[in-house]
Amino acid sequence: MIKSMKQMAVITLALALGLALGLAWAAPAALAAGELDKIKAAGKIRIGVYSDKPPFGYVDANGVNQGYDVYLAKRLAKDLLGDESKVEFVLVEAANRMEVLESNKVDLVLANFTVTADRAKQVDFCKPYMKVALGVVSPAKAPITDVAQLKGQTLIVNKGTTAEIYFAKNHPEVTLSKYDQNTEAFNALRDGRGVALAHDNTLVFAWINENPGFVAGIDFLGDLDSIAPAVKKGNNELLEWVNNEIVTLGQENFFHKDYEATLRPVYGDTIDPETVVIEGGVLK
Amino acid sequence: MESAISIFLEGRNLARLMEGVWITLKISAASVLLSVVFGLLVGLLMISRKPALQAATRFYLEAIRVMPILVLLYMFYYLPDKNWGLHFEAQTVAIGVFTLWGTAEMADLVRGALTSMPAHQRESGRAIGLTEGQVNRYIIIPQAVRRLIPGVINLTTRMIKTTPFIYFISVPELLKVGQQIVEISGMKNNMASFWVYGFIFFLYFLMCYPISCFSAYLEKKWQN
Repeated sequence: MIKSMKQMAVITLALALGLALGLAWAAPAALAAGELDKIKAAGKIRIGVYSDKPPFGYVDANGVNQGYDVYLAKRLAKDLLGDESKVEFVLVEAANRMEVLESNKVDLVLANFTVTADRAKQVDFCKPYMKVALGVVSPAKAPITDVAQLKGQTLIVNKGTTAEIYFAKNHPEVTLSKYDQNTEAFNALRDGRGVALAHDNTLVFAWINENPGFVAGIDFLGDLDSIAPAVKKGNNELLEWVNNEIVTLGQENFFHKDYEATLRPVYGDTIDPETVVIEGGVLK
Repeated sequence: MESAISIFLEGRNLARLMEGVWITLKISAASVLLSVVFGLLVGLLMISRKPALQAATRFYLEAIRVMPILVLLYMFYYLPDKNWGLHFEAQTVAIGVFTLWGTAEMADLVRGALTSMPAHQRESGRAIGLTEGQVNRYIIIPQAVRRLIPGVINLTTRMIKTTPFIYFISVPELLKVGQQIVEISGMKNNMASFWVYGFIFFLYFLMCYPISCFSAYLEKKWQN
């Protein structure tokens, strides 16, 4: 019986494998049509956004996507497809923002994506709509105000972020403790698993506004970077459309409206919008 | 405590967590079922005396074992689309990857259960005139199944606890939903992570504990 069972096993596995391959080949291959036409034909644009990075991209208590990036995403959908609801939000992480574009899982990524030369080798960035530098947040009782204080100490960063890259490259004397999620990283800071946490200053401002025991001892570090939408490498049609859109939106001060709607409630009135917002895609 | 309850009562938070539970349960249940079926088949192939089959199944087991789940998810979700334009639904890929992994583990359990059976049992069975099939049916398989149960239960709970990795392919399972809630509640309520993760711990316990109980019940029942 074992022998016949073995034969059965071989046959069943062969069938399962054949079925899987068959399904794989039956999947429609990507059409070579224009990228914009494809989106229009689909009736929706797929945009990769964060689901847990308030105030840029998050899911609110009712399960609805919100934030500075989402505000722009909805407007792009409205201008391209005539209805701001014609956007499918795909949840992305810092760690898979490149992959979702390279593998066609989304048309556009609006996930607080800082433009860097390395990233630009893998994806194409549109004109920027926000600017950012690094901020270092530490407990008010033991503030870190200078990078020199971090020597030999543990600094908390998120994997794949500008902060990690900057410190790994420029300050190898600082021990980095790396986390996947912002939640975990900030919890690590609260628990004292590092003397400070480095992240985009835009996020740091938001967090200390709600956490009085902490200060942004260093509020500007590294280069002034820009944040931009990203498309798949070579998707020039969508790239140009988004670029034109950003210029046009600048004429109506769209990104200041976006700031008022999504960022001011979180930053409070102490932060000048001009330190964050870029209008018309021109970094000043 | 009041602040804790308000987190779960706000908006659809509780319902969203339950949707997360559903995704976790759905993916692990489907994967475990498929793993058991394929694992039995592959396990039988593993004890084959044909060197080629042995080598092939061995290679499969070791290859899956050394690969982190994230790598497998990447290989089956992002790579096919990147290289050949093949798109699979994220949840299908999740079930596929977990099944690949579960099948390898399950097959090794089956192999272990069958080869751990003393040779004299088969010989004694044959000596009293049972056919090869009868020996398998009445002597080997019933005992092998009992030896399998603890391993299968262990595999099931491990699978449930490994589902959070599917955040990497954009599936919002229980833990990811929890993180989303912590991120918006946590800005204002610094106990949010404690309550939300605590509740999630409790939900995972509710998912895994009945399975352990069932296993204990079976073991007790079969002792007599």
